[in-house]
Amino acid sequence: MKAPSRSIAASPTARFALIASALTFIGIFLLLPLVTVFVEALSGGVSKYMAAIVEPDALAALRLTLLIAVISVPLNMVFGVTASWAISKFDFWGKSLLITMIDLPFSVSPVISGLIYVLLFGAQGLLGPYLAEHDIQIVFAVPGIVLATIFVTFPFVARELIPLMQEQGTESEEAARSLGASGWQMFTRVTLPNIKWGLLYGVLLCNARAMGEFGAVSVVSGHIRGLTTTMPLHVEILYNEYNFVAAFAVASLLAFLALITLLLQSVLEWRDAAMTTAAGASL
Amino acid sequence: MGFTLLYLSVIVLLPLAGLVIKASDATWPQFVAAAVAPRALAAYRLSFGSALFAAAVNLVAGVLVAWVLVRYRFPFKRVIDGLVDLPFALPTAVAGIALATLYGPKGWIGQVLGVLGIKVAFTATGVTLALIFVGLPFVVRTVQPVLQDLDPELEDAAASLGATPIQTFTRVIAPAIMPAALTGFALAFARAVGEYGSVIFIAGNIPMKSEIAPLLIVIKLEQYDYTGAAVVGVVMLSASFLILLGINLLQRWARIRQGEKS
Repeated sequence: MKAPSRSIAASPTARFALIASALTFIGIFLLLPLVTVFVEALSGGVSKYMAAIVEPDALAALRLTLLIAVISVPLNMVFGVTASWAISKFDFWGKSLLITMIDLPFSVSPVISGLIYVLLFGAQGLLGPYLAEHDIQIVFAVPGIVLATIFVTFPFVARELIPLMQEQGTESEEAARSLGASGWQMFTRVTLPNIKWGLLYGVLLCNARAMGEFGAVSVVSGHIRGLTTTMPLHVEILYNEYNFVAAFAVASLLAFLALITLLLQSVLEWRDAAMTTAAGASL
Repeated sequence: MGFTLLYLSVIVLLPLAGLVIKASDATWPQFVAAAVAPRALAAYRLSFGSALFAAAVNLVAGVLVAWVLVRYRFPFKRVIDGLVDLPFALPTAVAGIALATLYGPKGWIGQVLGVLGIKVAFTATGVTLALIFVGLPFVVRTVQPVLQDLDPELEDAAASLGATPIQTFTRVIAPAIMPAALTGFALAFARAVGEYGSVIFIAGNIPMKSEIAPLLIVIKLEQYDYTGAAVVGVVMLSASFLILLGINLLQRWARIRQGEKS
């Protein structure tokens, strides 16, 4: 930790004013919305809250959300590791284009992420007639939701790992190879231990987004209650039916997930900071 | 390597190609008519205008928050530092209904603003407020590491040479954090332009008034106007590509600036 500066805003008044305005901004824009979720969820009492959560449609939404995460997170984990491996350990033509493509879902509207699958697989879509002929339903069904979720979440792991693996270079791997390790041994014994914390961080963010994605999933889901509604979509339906207590009750579960994600994220960051300090002290 | 490219093609390239192919179903005059219809123009104006304004607010507030988090000590600092990422972690639909309730006529803030005669829900102001929430972490997270690396001795040196605090900020600190702050600004802008979930509840979605461009796509889809949806999608996507290009250039600039110092 660096010593606080003496020159800028050294006067206690200025310092207090800066801290106060920053905290006011955070209080109004972050804390109040978060508190609103829990207050509204419990505004009808605990029994109404519980009733909204154990209601069959809410449970179906919970199951679907977990299913989506269980499919899309591992797939993106594998993709993230292979993509960052390729990008950081090899040089090839079109590498920067590949990196841009990986970043793309971050800067594309979630609605467009959903739209592209509807245009491809929907009834009027490019592959629509073929799919109808073979009785395959992708859009307005679970496969479409999975595809859209994979699309919006696939940068998370790769984004986390690329800088990490680039920094580590290839020396350890080359040493392992020269000592006779097979490709797989080298990966599990050398590469994976080096990236495990970064990987965990990426998976954490990927999972939070996979469970909470709304825009993309909303476009491909078709909103069939109890069948293709994930938790965020269930929240929307309840809210639009003016069933506010139930909407906020389900929303509070998602907000709770977000808080756990933030907590784990902070723990990983503190761990990282502590390691850096320790490494710095031993030098 | 092969897997990476295959996965990328199936998940990203193929569907994106589908979007362009679908949009080209329209003849050129049809495309233009759909792309610049008055309702579409109003939606772009709202989406890009409020996103720009929200990103500007986030630029100022983000630098302030980053500064306070890096340089000062105060209670619950770690909690607040962690909380800055809330808009990334909180599902957009949850943020959307919370903001709509908070700023609604009966909400905690909405009531106060109502007395002052300010209406937020179902207006462009509401859209902008939601976008400020969504973009809040970007500038903080890009500026924070740069401020951490910035040696306070530089500021002391400036002060000892007779600079006022404002001069020290504009001449020493601002140039150092500028590339990072602008990158954060561009990221917040890009995110805000396409944002959907946290906006639609507070916006009320009145055509020509508080209807954002992503919602227009959803409405066209619901009316089975796939080509129309694809046309608006292509316009938005082209804008995203331009912003992405700008961000990459900004980041390159930031890296060069960082490299000069170390």
